[in-house]
Amino acid sequence: MLECIPTRKVEHTAGKINPAKACQPLGAMYAALGIHGCLPHSHGSQGCCAYHRMALTRHFRDPIMASSSSFTEGASVFGGAANLKASIKNVFKIYNPEIMAVHTTCLSETIGDDVPTIIKQSEVPEGKIVIHANTPSYVGSHVTGFSNMCKAMVSYLAESDGRAKKERVNILPGFVNPGDMREIKRLVRELGVEMTVFPDTSNVVDAPLTGRYEMYPEGGATVAEIRDSGNSKLTLALGAWSSEAAGALLQEKCGVPCVPLKIPIGLKATDEFIMALKDGFGVPVPRSLTIERGQVVDTLIDTHFHYQGKKVAVVGDPDLVIPLTEFLLTMGMVPAYVMTGTPGQRFESEIQQMLDEAGIKDGVAKAEGDLFELHKWVKDNPVDLLIGNTHCKYIARAEDVPLVRFGFPIFDRAVHYLMPVVGYRGCLRLIEQISNALLERRDRDCKDEDYELIL
Amino acid sequence: MDAYCSQPVQEALIDERQSSIVTKGKSKGHISCTSDSIAGAVSQRACVYCGARVVLNPVTDAAHLVHGPIGCAAYTWDIRGSLSSGPEMYRNSFSTDLGERDVIFGGERKLAACIDEIVAMHRPPAIFVYSTCVIGVIGDDIGSVCREASQRHGIDVIPVESTGFRSGNKIIGYRAAADALLKLIQPGEEAVKPTRKVNFLGEYNLGGEKWVVERYMRDIGVEVNVAFTGDSTVARLKQAPRACLNLVQCTGSMHYVARRMEEAFGIPYIDVNFFGADNTAESLRKIAEFYGEDAKNRAEALIGREMARIGPSLRKYREKLAGKRAAIYVGGAFKASAIIRQMKELGMEVVLTGTQTGKKEEYEKLDGMLSDGAVIIDDANPAEIEMFLREKKVDVMVGGVKERFLAYKLGVGFVDHNHDRKECLAGFDGAVNFAREIYRTACSPVWKHVKKGVKP
Repeated sequence: MLECIPTRKVEHTAGKINPAKACQPLGAMYAALGIHGCLPHSHGSQGCCAYHRMALTRHFRDPIMASSSSFTEGASVFGGAANLKASIKNVFKIYNPEIMAVHTTCLSETIGDDVPTIIKQSEVPEGKIVIHANTPSYVGSHVTGFSNMCKAMVSYLAESDGRAKKERVNILPGFVNPGDMREIKRLVRELGVEMTVFPDTSNVVDAPLTGRYEMYPEGGATVAEIRDSGNSKLTLALGAWSSEAAGALLQEKCGVPCVPLKIPIGLKATDEFIMALKDGFGVPVPRSLTIERGQVVDTLIDTHFHYQGKKVAVVGDPDLVIPLTEFLLTMGMVPAYVMTGTPGQRFESEIQQMLDEAGIKDGVAKAEGDLFELHKWVKDNPVDLLIGNTHCKYIARAEDVPLVRFGFPIFDRAVHYLMPVVGYRGCLRLIEQISNALLERRDRDCKDEDYELIL
Repeated sequence: MDAYCSQPVQEALIDERQSSIVTKGKSKGHISCTSDSIAGAVSQRACVYCGARVVLNPVTDAAHLVHGPIGCAAYTWDIRGSLSSGPEMYRNSFSTDLGERDVIFGGERKLAACIDEIVAMHRPPAIFVYSTCVIGVIGDDIGSVCREASQRHGIDVIPVESTGFRSGNKIIGYRAAADALLKLIQPGEEAVKPTRKVNFLGEYNLGGEKWVVERYMRDIGVEVNVAFTGDSTVARLKQAPRACLNLVQCTGSMHYVARRMEEAFGIPYIDVNFFGADNTAESLRKIAEFYGEDAKNRAEALIGREMARIGPSLRKYREKLAGKRAAIYVGGAFKASAIIRQMKELGMEVVLTGTQTGKKEEYEKLDGMLSDGAVIIDDANPAEIEMFLREKKVDVMVGGVKERFLAYKLGVGFVDHNHDRKECLAGFDGAVNFAREIYRTACSPVWKHVKKGVKP
């Protein structure tokens, strides 16, 4: 990879080189893990299921359980109905989950399996539930898959009893780490608002080690909670790509108003999140949060000269990259290249608008890009800092640019998924990582006589 | 370890799976294996494409183009720890990234465009084009696209028939990769000039293992022509027919290639195994036997020297590890038997062994290596692994990425012997590294904290 980026001008329009996205079923599997007692089920070949489990396992460093319809040649010719029916029977018999969340793959979609009908014809034990989402891998990305599974939770489970809405907020947290979900819940608790968060992967994919193995750890939104989400007063859908569709469906189906927001990364997005709760429920903002916010502002002032004006390239999932870019602008940095692998023109226009407002002339925003292209940009016009997932480490090394790891997947560093980047505490962590990456670099590169104690 | 399980034990076993698990000294009859996994099982197996990809991916200067939607390329991008002494092309992930329209109207034109772009950009000596599930269903003729591209550009563009759903067993994928390799090494018009070199089949240079073995060979006067496929280049692979002997390490993936090369070029093959000190010594003697007296003397000298050098370290670890109970769950039986032997060298007891792709005769061989009461399991699912880890009071497990955290959750140590391993585990030094890895995890102080805690 190091010598594989041509220095001359090249045309790259066909296919992808070094993708900045994965496929839908991965996101669907991750979302399903956010339901308590749920076994995700991959309706396709065994390889898909193994790959998704492997990717999630490497990132979260926890066992990830999911079953597969184990397609063979026969299933691809005659359809996968028999495999899915057998799967439903076997899964409840052997693994006994509360709920089974089926997602499709490109194979079962291409042969045209009618999954909802097959589920209706299957033997589902009393009190158990099977839901499904259509997630062909030739559409969207892992983020779209996450969104589709969230939508399935609403369409299969959410109900409204028609009575007055409860003083409670539904939060759709988006495709974030369990550490972020935990922090979002803490913020809501600080405000004293009752909540239902779904999907919620905290205490599922970051379960504590007790010497026991729980196939279904205690975390996750329960089926009852998701069912009752139709009776909440308000939904906050965090992240347009991963949460908006489920929020809109909940509004349509159960009459719960939905406020679409950014995932609360950075000062501005966190403020908006807190204000939405304040306005929605008429609660005062507690002093504890004002103090937290004040500490972020204080830290920004204390450290601004470390990163002021530095050029940065950012790549990741759209719902994370949009608020992160906003925060980088808050910090006074210059986002030179902002990319996501996920399709959606809206990404480009939102980023472009932010850059325009900040008076940044030649920033580039691109949806559906790949890391080859990002690497070429960075090679042709160097940046001071790179922010992205583990795959960016090759670009970082080849172009000798510091890398702050952010997003999914992170395979080569520990503890990331436990440490929130959302909320005011997340701001501090981002400032810490960004400042320190640049300061480390300065220490590494300076002459002996410039090596200083105080920076 | 009085761990408790989330499921009653008897329910962890699917009726249909009973015949895939045997206990030495108790079970009657043979293990049932090589069948497809049951629908709905949480299997640790993968697919045909996965098998093909892991075999071919280490070819360092080829472009590996995955024809299908993005997923298959994304998940297999650079996950094999094969090292290269030169080109890094194989660390890139090329995908045709098929979208909905391509699936409806066919992906052949897009595939041709991607190949043209790769050639224009990099001009690699060869491009492997992998087919995936969708391609098998929509019927893209990748063979003819590759043939035309080959003629257009004058390089090898080789289709790999690795449609995922053909089987849940990686072996079929190994075969698809083998066929692609055989196509690549097919000599042209010129006559093959034989040499005294060996090919090293089924060696993927994980953690630089090929380089270690190559050093030993050089020491006994034998030169390695090329490895299939660790640290190989297209040009080196094309020289493969010139060898006088094939060494086969990973039997699952490479026996077929060895047999085909024997038929086509008259090259004999022998099975070797460089995992563990005893296996390494045995393999070196086998190879020296082929080369005659001088090589035999040099091999004995090397073995004596190396054994003396690593002896103290191995003894030190043996003292710490003797009596510890081990479980093994790996891809193929070749690896399993090598690990069993190493465990025995370290004075450990293997109480559970399983593989994803073992064959009946291989399992019989494994059975012969184990003591009574040990469990052998084919295509295990996590519930079964969990059950036996607890039941057999395992101290340390050897496996791959999907088993690692399962073991950890149960307070069991773990060593990776799969893609994610970064340590060289081959040869004499590898034997010490392996013992150190086992020691590091089995004797770490961290396990003491699993049971401690603050009282609620």
